[in-house]
Amino acid sequence: MSIDTSKVADSNTTTPASAKAPSKAGAVATWADDRLGLGTSMKKQLRKVFPDHWSFMLGEIALWSFVVLLLSGVFLTLWFDPSMAEAEYQGSYDPLRGVEMSKAMISTVELSFDVRGGLLMRQMHHWAAHLFIASMLIHMMRVYFTGAYRKPRELNWVIGCLLILLGSLEGFTGYSLPDDLLSGTGVRAADGFLKATPVVGSYMSFFLFGGEFPGDAIIPRLYIIHVLLIPGLLLGLIAAHMLLLVYHKHTQWPGPGRTEENVVGYPMLPVYAAKAGGFFFIVFGTVALLGGLLSINPVWKFGPYDPTKVTAGSQPDWYMGWPDGLLRIIPGWESVIGGFTISWNVMLPILIVPPLMLVILIALPFIESWITKDDREHHLLERPRNRPTQTAVMVSLMTFYGLAWAAGGNDIIAIKLHLSINQITYFMRVMIFLGPLIAFIITRRWCISLQRHDEQTLLHGYETGIIMRSPEGGYSERHLPISNDAAFRITARDRDEVYAVGSKVDDNGVAAPGGKLDGLRAKLSTLMYADNVQKPTAAELEEAHHHAEHEHELTAALDGRVADGHQFDGHHAVEGETLRGDH
Amino acid sequence: MRLLNRSAGRLSRHRRGPLAGLVVLLLGLLLTGGLYSVLSPGAQADETSTSAEDVQAGRELFLVGCAFCHGQNGEGVLTQSGTQYGPPLTDVGAASVDFQVGTGRMPMAQPGQQAVRKPPVYNDDEVRQLAAYVDSLGTGPAIPDASAYTLPDDLTEEERQEAITRGGQIFLTNCTACHNFDGSGGAMPRGGFAPTLRGVEAKHIYEALLTGPQSMPSFSDGNLTPDEKRDVIAYLKTTEEKPGYAGFSLGSLGPVSEGLAAWLIGIGGLVGAAIWIAAHTTRTDRKKPTDHTRVNLPSGTPDPDQTGAAS
Amino acid sequence: MSDLNKHDGSGPGDSDDRVDRTPAVPEEPIANPGLHPHTWRPTDVDEKASRRAERQVATLFGLSAVCTVAFVISYFTLDIGTNWTTFGGLGASTLFLGVFLGLALMLIGIGIIQWARKLMADQEIVEMRHPARSSDADREATVAALTIGIEESGIGKHKLVRRSLLLSVGFLGLPAVVMLRDLGPLPKDVANAAEGTGLQHTLWGVKPGVRVVRDVVGTPIRASDLQIGDLVNAVPEGLFDLHGTELQAAKAKGAVIVVKLAPDEIKSQQGDQWDVGGVLCYSKICSHVGCPISLYERTTHHVLCPCHQSTFDLADSAKVVFGPAGRPLPQLALDVDDEGFLVAQHDFLEPVGPSYWERER
Repeated sequence: MSIDTSKVADSNTTTPASAKAPSKAGAVATWADDRLGLGTSMKKQLRKVFPDHWSFMLGEIALWSFVVLLLSGVFLTLWFDPSMAEAEYQGSYDPLRGVEMSKAMISTVELSFDVRGGLLMRQMHHWAAHLFIASMLIHMMRVYFTGAYRKPRELNWVIGCLLILLGSLEGFTGYSLPDDLLSGTGVRAADGFLKATPVVGSYMSFFLFGGEFPGDAIIPRLYIIHVLLIPGLLLGLIAAHMLLLVYHKHTQWPGPGRTEENVVGYPMLPVYAAKAGGFFFIVFGTVALLGGLLSINPVWKFGPYDPTKVTAGSQPDWYMGWPDGLLRIIPGWESVIGGFTISWNVMLPILIVPPLMLVILIALPFIESWITKDDREHHLLERPRNRPTQTAVMVSLMTFYGLAWAAGGNDIIAIKLHLSINQITYFMRVMIFLGPLIAFIITRRWCISLQRHDEQTLLHGYETGIIMRSPEGGYSERHLPISNDAAFRITARDRDEVYAVGSKVDDNGVAAPGGKLDGLRAKLSTLMYADNVQKPTAAELEEAHHHAEHEHELTAALDGRVADGHQFDGHHAVEGETLRGDH
Repeated sequence: MRLLNRSAGRLSRHRRGPLAGLVVLLLGLLLTGGLYSVLSPGAQADETSTSAEDVQAGRELFLVGCAFCHGQNGEGVLTQSGTQYGPPLTDVGAASVDFQVGTGRMPMAQPGQQAVRKPPVYNDDEVRQLAAYVDSLGTGPAIPDASAYTLPDDLTEEERQEAITRGGQIFLTNCTACHNFDGSGGAMPRGGFAPTLRGVEAKHIYEALLTGPQSMPSFSDGNLTPDEKRDVIAYLKTTEEKPGYAGFSLGSLGPVSEGLAAWLIGIGGLVGAAIWIAAHTTRTDRKKPTDHTRVNLPSGTPDPDQTGAAS
Repeated sequence: MSDLNKHDGSGPGDSDDRVDRTPAVPEEPIANPGLHPHTWRPTDVDEKASRRAERQVATLFGLSAVCTVAFVISYFTLDIGTNWTTFGGLGASTLFLGVFLGLALMLIGIGIIQWARKLMADQEIVEMRHPARSSDADREATVAALTIGIEESGIGKHKLVRRSLLLSVGFLGLPAVVMLRDLGPLPKDVANAAEGTGLQHTLWGVKPGVRVVRDVVGTPIRASDLQIGDLVNAVPEGLFDLHGTELQAAKAKGAVIVVKLAPDEIKSQQGDQWDVGGVLCYSKICSHVGCPISLYERTTHHVLCPCHQSTFDLADSAKVVFGPAGRPLPQLALDVDDEGFLVAQHDFLEPVGPSYWERER
C-alpha cells in the first residue's frame, strides 16, 4: 500500500533546510563521533519515530518512578544504618526516647527527624515504589488488552513479567528495612511462609535469619538484596526492555496512513524527547508532592519491632496485598501425613498460587500463538473489543487479583463500611472462584456486543437522533454514514480464523495427520474466535451502502425543513439550519 | 486549561475530551474526600461529691431511661432464650456508668448491636446522679479523680518523658492490637469494632480501661497499675498534640489507605497527565502565509476533530 | 492488510504446520485512506500566538526557578528535630520542601510539554519498519558459521568429552548451594531446653515454676488481683535479663496472654487443671504465621489475629472458630507460687507459632 506522503510537511520552518557551516551542536557531535563513531547508529535513532497515544506512556511512569527511586534511594543510604545491633534511641522524637531498638530503626527515625528533607525523601522513595509497581501493572494490562505482546514482542512481555516480580520483591525487601513494628510483623509472617515449605522449611528459616527468628542477620541481608542484587537485575532487565522496544519500534493504533510496515508519529528529537523528558519532571514532581503532603509509613508511631506487639490493620504494602488476602480467606487446612506437617493454609496462598499466576501471565502469549499458529509480525494494535476472549481472560485475572486484594484489606473494609470481617471472608471464599468466571462471561459478551455495534455503525451508519415520520405514520430514526476514516478504523483489523482439526491439507491434498493436542487446539480456537463478529467484506459493505442511499433518497426531500432539535437550544439561529452531517 | 489554550485560533466545540467530565468528577470526589475529617470535642465534667439526693434523683432517671433493659433494680433482664437483654448493673460501679452514659453509648438505640459513641443524652449532673444510683447497688470502681489520669505537676521534665515513653510501650503492647498504632480503631469479629481513641476524654479512656466496656477486656488495677494506665493516657494525649510531621495522615489506617492514595491520586493523576501530553493540539484552518511554496494544501481541509485523534 | 502477502516463511520446521491464509482472505472493505494532510496550529501561523505560547512556557520555567529558591529558603528556615516548625498542624519542613520541590519539577515538566505541544514542529513523520529477523543471507551465514564452529570443536563427535563437560559444569552448581550452608545454624544445633532455645523450647521450660510477668514493666501477677474480663499481655520472668538477639528470639516464642474467665464459663482446656481459678494462659503467637495475637473479646472469649483474622475460643481450649489457622494456640499450664504469683507448671507441650514440616516429630 502506498502512502501519499507528499502532503506531509517536513518542517515548520518556511525556508527549506540546507547544509550549512556546522553549528555548535554539530561541532560537539563531530568531536564525539571522531572518538566514538556513534554517527552510524545515531543518524537513525535521533529522528526515530514514536507514535503518540496516552496509553503508550504508562510504562514511562514506571521508568521515571524507577529513576526517582534510584535518586532518592541513594540519598537514604547516606544515613541509613542496616544493622540489627540494639541501642537506646536518644534522638529528637521524645515519645520513643530511651527505648531499645535496632540501629536500623534508630537511623530511620533520625533520618526522619534530624535530617532536613530526610522524611520527605523517605516518603518520596516509598510513594515512588508504589507508583513504580502500580504503573508496571497498568502498563502490562495495556499491552495485553491491545495485543502488543504478539510476535515479535513475546520476549519483551516475559521481561516485563519478570520486572513486575522483581519490583514487588524489591518493594518487600525495602519496606522491611526500617525494622519498625509493621515491617517486622511482615518479616515474621515471611518466616511463617518459609517454615511452611515442605521438608526444608525450618532450615530455610534458620538460614535466612541466621538462626532463630528474628536473629540479627535479616536486615543486613535484606539490605544488600535491596540496594544491590535486585536493583542490578532491574537495571539490566529494564535496559533490555528498552533496547527491544527501540529495536522492534513501538506498536501503533491502526488509522489513516498507518500500516504494519510503517510507524507514524513524532521524531525522537525533538518532540518525543521533550514529551518524555517533560513527563519525567511531572512524575518526579508528583512523587515530591505526594511525599510532602501525604504521610506514608510513619515508623515513629509504630515504634521498633517487638515480637510481642502488633497493631490492628497490619497489612503489607498494596502490591503484596493479594497473596495476603488469599492467606486471609483460606480455611484452616493443615494435614499431618506420616508425622510430617503440611500447611496448606500457607502453602496454597503464598507458595503455590502467586508463582502459578506469574507462570500463567508469562505463558499467555505463547498459549495464544500455539492456538492460532500465527507467525506474522504484528505492529498494529487491536482494540480490546476485537479480541473478546483475550480481553475476558485478562479481566478475569484482574478480577481474581482484585478480589484477593480486597480480601487483604478486609479489616479496613469492615470498619469503614460497617461490615463483619467474617461475612466478608465468607463472601470472598465464594467469589474468588465465581467472580473471575462471571467477569469472563460478561466481558466476552460485552466485547462481542460492541463488535456488533461497530458492524451496525459501519453498515448502517450512526444514529443521528432524528426521528422521521413517514406519510403512513411510521416512525424511524435517521442513520447517516460515518466518515471514511472512522469506517477504516473499524475495519482495520484481522479476520479471525477458527482452527478445525484436519483443515490443514498438504501438497497432495491429503489431510495432514494431526498432533495429539490438535483436538484441544481446535476447541480453544473455537472458544476464542467462533463467536466473534467479523468485519464485512467489500461486497457486503457496498450492498449496505446502496441500501442506505436508497433510504436516504426517500427522506432527502425533508432535508433542511425538519427540526433537528438545534433550532430550539437557544444557541443557533433558526434560519439556514441544516441537518447535522449534511455539510 | 483555559490559560494554556488561549492561543487557539478557532476553538472547536468538542475540544474538551470525553474524559474531561470524568476527570472533573474524580477531582471533585478527591477534594471532598480529602476535606472529610472527624473531630468531636468533648466537654469537661466537673467532679463533685455524691449525696443521698443524687442517688434518689439517679434512681428516678434510671427507672425512666434504663430499667426497661436493665431491670427495676439494675438486676438485668433476660430474653426468653436465656441470653442477656440488658446485663445486670449491680456491681459495675460508677465509672462504668460515667463512661457508658457520658460518651452517649447508653442509652442504646436498640439492644444487641455494639453501642456506639454519640452525643450524650443526659447532662453532666444527670450522669453523676445515675452513676451515684448504680454505685449504690453494689461494689464497683468509682469515677476516677482527675489526678488518676493526668501526670502530676511535680514530675521533672525527665520523669515526665519517661512516663510518656513507658506509656507508649504499654500502649503498643496492650492496646494497638485492637485500637491500631495511632488509636484509629480496628475491626473485631462478627461486625464488632474497636472504636477510635482520638478525641476521647482522658477520664473516659481511664474508665474504659478500668471497667472493660462491652467486649473490651478490662485492665483492672491488678492487671495494669493506676500509674501505668495514667502513662498510657499521657502517651495518647502527647501524640495527639504532635504535628503531622509527614503531612496528612490518610486516616492513620496503615498500608491500605496508602495503597489507595497511590492508585487514585498518584496513578490517577499521572494517567491524566499522560492523556494531556498525548492529546492532539488545537488546530486552525488558517494556512501559513508562505505555505504554497512548500506544501500544497487542498482546499476544504477537514475538520481538525476528525483528523487528529488516532483511535 | 498488505503484510498478508508478504509471508516469507521464517524459521524452518514450523512452516508446514501453519494454516495457509493467502487464498482465504477476502478483499479489504475499506482501503487505507492514507495520511491526512498536515494542518497548522494557531502558533504556527500566528506570530502573536506563537509569542504568547513562548511567554507561557517561559513563565512556567521562571515560576519553577522561584519554587526552587523557595525550597532552599524552606530548607534553611524551617526547624525540625525537637522543635518542628508547624503549618496548619503539619510539619512545615516536610510540607514546604515537598510542595516546592514538587512544583519546581512539575512546572519544568509542564513547560517542556507545553513547548512541545505549541512550538516544536509537530508534523507526524513516517518511518518504515523492518522485520525483527535478520536477512536470509545473514541468517544462513550465521547458521553456517555456527555449524562450522561446532563441527570443528568436535563436540558432536567426542561424546565422552561432551558428557563429562556437562557433568562437571552441572556439578559446579553444588558449591553455589553448599556455600550457603553457613548462613545459619540448623534447627537442631540451637535446640536447648535448659536455655529455652530452638523451635521446641521456650523460656517457660528453663526451670520449674517460671513466673508470669507483665510485658514491658516486668512485674509479677497475683492471680487474686485479676478480675473477670481482664487480659494481661505477659512474658516469662527472666526475659528482661536477656538482650539483643536472645531477647527478641525468646520474646518471639515466649509471649503469652493471660485472661480471667468465670470458672464455669470454661468449657475445656488442653490439660487438666491448667487454670488457676479461671485464669488461663495461652501462647500469644498465632499458629498460622506467627503474628502476636491479643484482640480479645471478654464477652465471647474469642481472640482474633489482626493479621489474617484467625479466631480462637479461649474458653474452649483455644480451638480455631474462624480463619486460616490450622491448630489451637498452645496452652501454658498455670499454677501459683508461695507468694500467690502466677507461674508456669512447665514449658508448652508443643512448639508455639507457625507450623513446619517436622513439627510433630
